[in-house]
Amino acid sequence: MKVLYFAWLRERVGHGEENVSPPAEVRTLADLAGWLATLSPGHAHAFENPNVVRAALDHRHAKPDASISGVREVAFFPPMTGG
Amino acid sequence: MSAFSVRVQAEDFDIATEISALSGAGEVGAVVSFAGYCRADKSETGAAGPLTALVLEHYPGMAEAEMERLMDEARSRWPLLGARIVHRHGRIVPGEQIVLVVTASAHREAAFAAASFLMDWLKTNAPFWKKEERAGGGDWVAAKDSDTEAAQRWTSG
Repeated sequence: MKVLYFAWLRERVGHGEENVSPPAEVRTLADLAGWLATLSPGHAHAFENPNVVRAALDHRHAKPDASISGVREVAFFPPMTGG
Repeated sequence: MSAFSVRVQAEDFDIATEISALSGAGEVGAVVSFAGYCRADKSETGAAGPLTALVLEHYPGMAEAEMERLMDEARSRWPLLGARIVHRHGRIVPGEQIVLVVTASAHREAAFAAASFLMDWLKTNAPFWKKEERAGGGDWVAAKDSDTEAAQRWTSG
């Protein structure tokens, strides 16, 4: 599964993209964020406050309880500030 | 070319060109445009020194997809004859254009409402992030509660 990071999440993790193989018990977006946070101190810093992290599954906004089953691309990012 | 389009690009855009592309059809009675600019007096992160630029990061692929979904939603709500969204990414200095929304309809009410809706939803749903560049450093712009509230007023019953 491909995971992308944007804005300050990218800066904290240290890179914008990685391929990961989470264990079977990681089923939802919230599970995945929790598991990713264990990968490195940078990941832990990026996910330290889940309330300010948004996510998308295959280019669509998704909630923390959404299933990641069958998903090809997951992205994590802060609340959007475009426009 | 379709009367409805979204674009994400690094280059600047010409407002007159975008408007005239929508106003050509004979049924159009109203065209509304909104352009957003990089402001010189921005100090949202409280960092020292004047703003020298905004650097806009985006999520390629999803940005376009989300803008298309916003466009579809606007078309389902108002009788639009055409609409365009152009959003820039990369480094943008004060005074430069960042975003453009143009809507065309037979009458002004739909064009005004759809343009306002598209801008409100663009701010909270399109995957773009602004980082301020200042002489003394820079930081990411925080999302505003007022923007979230502006977007939510379109969903209240």
